[in-house]
Amino acid sequence: MATQYTLRAKRRKSALRTLAFLSPWLIGFAVFFAYPLVSTVYFSFMQYDGFTPPTWNGFDNWSYLFNDFPKFWPAMQNTLWLVLVMVTCRVTFGLAIGMLITKIKSGTGVFRTLFYLPYLAPPVAATLAFVFLLNPGTGPVNSVLESVGISAPSWFNDADWSKPALTVLAVWGIGDLMVIFMAALLDVPKEQYEAAELDGASRFQRFRFVTLPNISPIILFAVVTGVIAAMQYYTQPIVAAKVASGRMGGSGQPFEPGYPEASTLTLPQLVYNVGFQRFDYGTACAGALVLFVLAMAFTALLMRRRGGLIGTGD
Amino acid sequence: MPGLRRKTATALAVTTSIALFATACTGQSDTGADDDASQDTSITFWHGWTAPSEVKAIKENIGRFEDAHPNIKVKVVGGINDDKLNQALRAGGSKGPDVVSSFTTANIGKFCSSGAFTDLAPFIEKDKVDLEKTFSKVLLEYTQFEGKRCALPLLSDAYGLYYNKDEFKKAGIKAPPRTWSEFLAVAKKLTKTKGDSYETLGFMPNYHGYETVVSHYMSQWDHAYFDANGKSNIAKDPSFAEMYTFQKKMVDELGGFKKLEKYRTTFGDEWAAEHPFHLGQVSMQLDGEWRLGMAEATDPGFEIGVAPLPVADDEAADYGKGYLSGTIMGIAPQSKKKNAAWKLMKYMTTDTDAVVQFANGIKNVPSTLAALDSPDLKLDPRFKTFLDIAKHPKSNTSPGAVDGIGYQNTLQDFGYQFEAGKVKDLKAGLEKTARQIDTDLAKVTR
Repeated sequence: MATQYTLRAKRRKSALRTLAFLSPWLIGFAVFFAYPLVSTVYFSFMQYDGFTPPTWNGFDNWSYLFNDFPKFWPAMQNTLWLVLVMVTCRVTFGLAIGMLITKIKSGTGVFRTLFYLPYLAPPVAATLAFVFLLNPGTGPVNSVLESVGISAPSWFNDADWSKPALTVLAVWGIGDLMVIFMAALLDVPKEQYEAAELDGASRFQRFRFVTLPNISPIILFAVVTGVIAAMQYYTQPIVAAKVASGRMGGSGQPFEPGYPEASTLTLPQLVYNVGFQRFDYGTACAGALVLFVLAMAFTALLMRRRGGLIGTGD
Repeated sequence: MPGLRRKTATALAVTTSIALFATACTGQSDTGADDDASQDTSITFWHGWTAPSEVKAIKENIGRFEDAHPNIKVKVVGGINDDKLNQALRAGGSKGPDVVSSFTTANIGKFCSSGAFTDLAPFIEKDKVDLEKTFSKVLLEYTQFEGKRCALPLLSDAYGLYYNKDEFKKAGIKAPPRTWSEFLAVAKKLTKTKGDSYETLGFMPNYHGYETVVSHYMSQWDHAYFDANGKSNIAKDPSFAEMYTFQKKMVDELGGFKKLEKYRTTFGDEWAAEHPFHLGQVSMQLDGEWRLGMAEATDPGFEIGVAPLPVADDEAADYGKGYLSGTIMGIAPQSKKKNAAWKLMKYMTTDTDAVVQFANGIKNVPSTLAALDSPDLKLDPRFKTFLDIAKHPKSNTSPGAVDGIGYQNTLQDFGYQFEAGKVKDLKAGLEKTARQIDTDLAKVTR
């Protein structure tokens, strides 16, 4: 009996010690993650403007968001577009530049610096520069394009071109991915390339069967972090929209995001707009939960599919 | 280990997704006013002005108040827009403002109905302020909502037409246009093309052309945004269709939407010295009275003329009217010093000398009837045009609504689509927009 009691006491002590060591994280998780999540679900069923006491309104916020709020579906489409196109472009170009630089024999340092530097530019400054460069009326990019007879688009001022313009901006700042891919590429064992070459593998086959399997965990990392970043995309589109629309500020009126024609409106912008500009916290919470489910679905899908991406033996 | 993998995937998904959240909801506070405003105290005043001359004028005005009320010190915080204001009013806290101001008169419905601004009725009653004798009808209208007075006007804005007199002379145009048809003819006459763009554009009609927004155009038609039941009237009142049709006609006849939009991208910021009117890129500009001082300060190199905006062709008798808005002032509901806050507010909004001197400093239209007629007003002679617009019985503003400027944004969004030619059926488009406005209003009041 005494031994059993001692064992139980020991276990309890050990559990308490573990909990004590975990407590900073647990408290942080409860306060900053769990509580906001539960509150968000709770308020998504309430009518609440921050002043008048919240009242239960059932599925009204959800119904309003999906059926009656005309900017919800454009924001959803824009976010999905950015997740698919922007992430694909960033990963592809990041890998391509990384490969190119690892192949260069001399001046690698210069090229590394050149491609990495844009990543250091603050997002607002970089966006301002791109709006200036891609200005349809005064921008140097369009002047060059038009001087060689190419009908230049209106970039940030055209609903069809605003997201491609944001993608160009994102691709310009791929310095972070380039460095990660370079490190991964340099880690690929040389013997595997030599063996493949002896077996008569072509350049593409060497890339497909040697490079890709070796760096696939890094590609997965780039895709997952890229998807999360794309789902949080806020600063660049709102700065571009403000500057391109000519409403940088001054009049005191809050800026409605999405210019032109809701083409740059993303889900995080929509949640901010509905919550903190329109003060319809209930609908904003519903929007935030949509973002939550979307992010969860994407991440789960990517992690489930990692077998295919990384290789079964991994 | 597919089970473990799935668990890991789910855990990772949950963690990363939660990280995307940021919501904060706060409650309300006591609205009583039990502070002793005769004791030494300090209050905080938030405003939205940013230009150095405006900030100086605010400082001087507050200085005069402090001289008259030595026991009250005022801490002034500038550059506050409605986003920041709304968030601070909801968050409360000791660092929050006591007295607040906003440029967005259309937000009054939201401020009053939600309780974001304190009800001023007890203060007005206690001090026996006769509002009807102090302010004009329009200003009194845009500072209350459904009978609840939660704000008072602090200076006013009147919108009119600025024109380049030199260009008018060169084109042989004798006087500013009085109807929209005359206006379009003048705008076309003043327009000089250069390649596939413009050397000078008579007028930039597009809705993103700074102050050329739906509500400012609409002021020049006899119109009603809502019917007697509070439902959107835009599809039933023919003046809305007339305005949208006319604006689109201007867009088409001045070069078409794409060409105009491309030219617009060459314009500088609305609040910078490189404004297209200052630089002669456009010969006429729909703008508020503040533009006169701003334009003259940049020494534009041409003579600036001012006039009321044109009116609808069949409403020529109403020429002289315009859109009115201005700064609204209120008291934060969480303020613990509401009596002291009221003293500052009463001084800034109703004291004739304070209003006149502030109007002189900031170059806005005075808000009180006494200040409008004051001989101490030291404004450019051309400013009389704006004073007359402010006094015109048919001058108007956009009504308050429970969703603030929400219904205006919806109308504006429709305007962007219509001017770009993306909506062909105006009637159906207006009907759909009206339904959207009603749905949005119903959502807020549910």
